[in-house]
Amino acid sequence: MAGLRYAFFLGCTIPYRVTSYEVSARKVAAKLGIELVEMQGFNCCGLPIDPISHDAMLVLAARNICLAEQQNLNITTLCTGCAITLRKVNRMLKENEELRETVNKHLKEVGMQFKGTIEVMHFAHVLAEDYGIEKIKQHVKKPLAQLQVSEHAGCHFLRPIEYAGFDDPEDPTVLKELIEATGAKYLDYMDKTNCCGFTVIAIDDKISLQLTGSKLSNMQDVGAQAVVTVCPSCFLMFDVQQPRIERAFGRTFSMPVVHYTQLLGLAMGMSAHELELDTHRVAATNLLGKIG
Amino acid sequence: MGAEAAAEVETKETIRSSRLDRNFPKEVMKHHGGEKLLLCYLCGSCAGGCPVGRLTTDYNPRQIVRMASLGLKDEVLKSNSLWFCTACFTCTDRCPQGLEVASIIRVIRNLAAERGIVPQVFKELGSNILETGLAYKIPELRLKKREEQKLPPLPLSDTKAVDKLLEATGFPKMIKEHPKKEA
Repeated sequence: MAGLRYAFFLGCTIPYRVTSYEVSARKVAAKLGIELVEMQGFNCCGLPIDPISHDAMLVLAARNICLAEQQNLNITTLCTGCAITLRKVNRMLKENEELRETVNKHLKEVGMQFKGTIEVMHFAHVLAEDYGIEKIKQHVKKPLAQLQVSEHAGCHFLRPIEYAGFDDPEDPTVLKELIEATGAKYLDYMDKTNCCGFTVIAIDDKISLQLTGSKLSNMQDVGAQAVVTVCPSCFLMFDVQQPRIERAFGRTFSMPVVHYTQLLGLAMGMSAHELELDTHRVAATNLLGKIG
Repeated sequence: MGAEAAAEVETKETIRSSRLDRNFPKEVMKHHGGEKLLLCYLCGSCAGGCPVGRLTTDYNPRQIVRMASLGLKDEVLKSNSLWFCTACFTCTDRCPQGLEVASIIRVIRNLAAERGIVPQVFKELGSNILETGLAYKIPELRLKKREEQKLPPLPLSDTKAVDKLLEATGFPKMIKEHPKKEA
């Protein structure tokens, strides 16, 4: 497949704590023939400080978009928070002339200008839409038919609908189709589209642990052997926090958390070690035993 | 209790109108995302769908919207629960009146921050961004490990440009009251 090239926006959480997602995504992309071009000099997307300064968020996001415009490439990112932020700001600046002028006035100070020439898409959105489910299936060498998994897409993959806009947030199907393309069985569960609570963990950790914990319970109740995520922050809640959640709930989950790029990598014949599945806190030993 | 004292008593059902700041809703509506504040007819779709509201009675998006639209400025700006929103945007997507509920909450948070109410976590994230361009300070070990993982080196951010942009928005002084303790 010719010509799929994107400016690869890494964000902060992935290089800080979730490199297994980056490693697996880069390997899968290379094998599919999707070129990910580094973005030199990128900064935080802006989302983490939106709660205290929307204006600061806007200039941070806009600067990243300008970097990609200079590369003449659409942006793709593995993080749902970065994706929705850059996607939203990109649209706002394209559509709102007054806002564009204000932001451009700031950008001029650093020798930049928002032109409105690119698009922003989450990597899973790229896989589903630009690359295509059927083409993905052609790369599946080792269908994961023995697995039954659930999804946690993450709020910012789906919402707000006005800016995410490629799936129905009340009844999403994009990640389901991507999962089913690997041959794995997809399991629905109660409150599937609920939030993991990551963004308030530093404000009130009980709320966050409770939110992720009830999702883990609901997945376990329907027999999920793993949860598939497409966001590094959600991953931190489900994987890194899982032992704490187990203590709080008095229940053992031992639920492996798999980045979609790892699930796809396994189905494409890559090893768990190559995909850094063995670096996660919750061991995926049983899961991997099933696929042999 | 004398009649005068009784007149001062407020209950959940009565709010003294002298306490309402009629300009506050206008202030919220001036900001992007806050425009439709007064269109709320209190149906409660936001509260019903709120994942956090399900877990704690301390947080209720409808109540925050109502406080703001009435002009209960100090209460809403100082309310702890203002910071419980996860920004999942379920309320925004479900509002039959098209209010961007989560954005209204963000606008109110921004207004609180302008008045110096900034939870510690945002000061930390903000100062990391000013220092490195990224929200987290990535340890040297991580950067070295990237080589073993055969990952390309992490691009350095242009902190000069980032700081200049943030300075223009007035961001640095919002998080400044808590300078990092020098050794």
